Amino acid sequence: MSRAALLVLADGRFPAGGHAHSGGAEPAVTQGRIRNADDLAAFCRGRLHTAGLTAAALAAAAAHGLDPLALDEAADARTPSPALRATARKLGRQMMRAARATWPSPELDALATARPRGAHQPVVLGLTARAAGLKSEDAAHWVAYETVSGPATAVVRLLSLDPFHATAVLARLAPELDDVAAQAAEAARRGIDALPAASAPLLDITAEAHAAWPVRLFAS
Amino acid sequence: MHLGHTHDGPAAVSADATRPDGTRRALRIGLGGPVGSGKTATVAALCRELRDRISIAVVTNDIYTQEDAAFLLRNAVLPPERIQAVETGACPHTAIRDDISANLEAVEDLEDAVGPLDLILVESGGDNLTATFSKGLVDAQVFVIDVAGGDDIPRKGGPGVTTADLLVINKTDLAPYVGSDLQRMARDAKEQRGELPVLFTSLTSAEGVGPVADWVRAQLAAWTA
Repeated sequence: MSRAALLVLADGRFPAGGHAHSGGAEPAVTQGRIRNADDLAAFCRGRLHTAGLTAAALAAAAAHGLDPLALDEAADARTPSPALRATARKLGRQMMRAARATWPSPELDALATARPRGAHQPVVLGLTARAAGLKSEDAAHWVAYETVSGPATAVVRLLSLDPFHATAVLARLAPELDDVAAQAAEAARRGIDALPAASAPLLDITAEAHAAWPVRLFAS
Repeated sequence: MHLGHTHDGPAAVSADATRPDGTRRALRIGLGGPVGSGKTATVAALCRELRDRISIAVVTNDIYTQEDAAFLLRNAVLPPERIQAVETGACPHTAIRDDISANLEAVEDLEDAVGPLDLILVESGGDNLTATFSKGLVDAQVFVIDVAGGDDIPRKGGPGVTTADLLVINKTDLAPYVGSDLQRMARDAKEQRGELPVLFTSLTSAEGVGPVADWVRAQLAAWTA
């Protein structure tokens, strides 16, 4: 296993489409629920322990070698919002393109052929980690980090928040990221029926509303 | 929309010249440039000029709305299924250069849905003078500036002005009103670009886009040769 491979994959510049998504931060900013770095920390913490944990476990399971198509169904079952399902598949398709260019593997090709419109992003991500020779806990770390780094970057753009404060928020969350990744990897080892199904209803509701806005900066 | 046909293998990764079924893909031309220089107007005029002979589709990259796509739809320059908008998360240059995945999906979806296509125009959101297209996304790029944005833009240079395959200097009809010196712009552009072509346009008349359309036809001829 190469530790550097995880850095390449988790780099915010990895070209897999994430830059156009706010992870629910844009509606939270517009509705006045994120106004400063403290609010951002609370938002990220909430997302991490709900949607983040669920996504991290799906990725860990894919990296562990569980059937990606069964995991894709499990992801659908855990994503009640049609807008977020569409986003997850869109990002999954973009991740697949980057993955096949960077760490080509027959497993990625097979999933791309079975789901030409995109599988859920965490599943593709887990399979990408597997192709890069990473472990399930690495995949879970990657997802956990992405769950909070996406909103943090978006809030810097949306609020002109001081980027040092936003990065400090991420640094303070590091121990919790480790915890969530460990929980996710543990669940993945126990099999598909043990995967968590935590969710954040407000993120689901605001994602549906946001998808219908005529003017917005981020795709989700 | 996916029409349900199946490919033998998964889609291409980026700039591959052939599609999964072995056919040659459409030529992709990017149009970039500052806000308000006339990118969307140029795309609209090109579509009107070329659409009878060439199968065209357009991808727009707006900064925060689908306004450019809506403009093209409202003006009915192409049927709606031939126009697709990409959302760029407040960074249009990222979507055309650093992370082109959403744009690649848009061009592939258009070829799947309404293909075969000869030409796909990829319009950038209005951006700064450093915004250029990735070679993984487009085969050639046009940079559109205008005389009202200041006649010192060609002299200032930047990757868009110096490296684009075609520099279009638009709104020449406004030059007398804004005190822009067209000769100076031509001289500065030549200095920055060497042998790369520069065209002056005014889109207030229907034939104004003609020289750009001729350049596009030449690119197409080279692509299909």
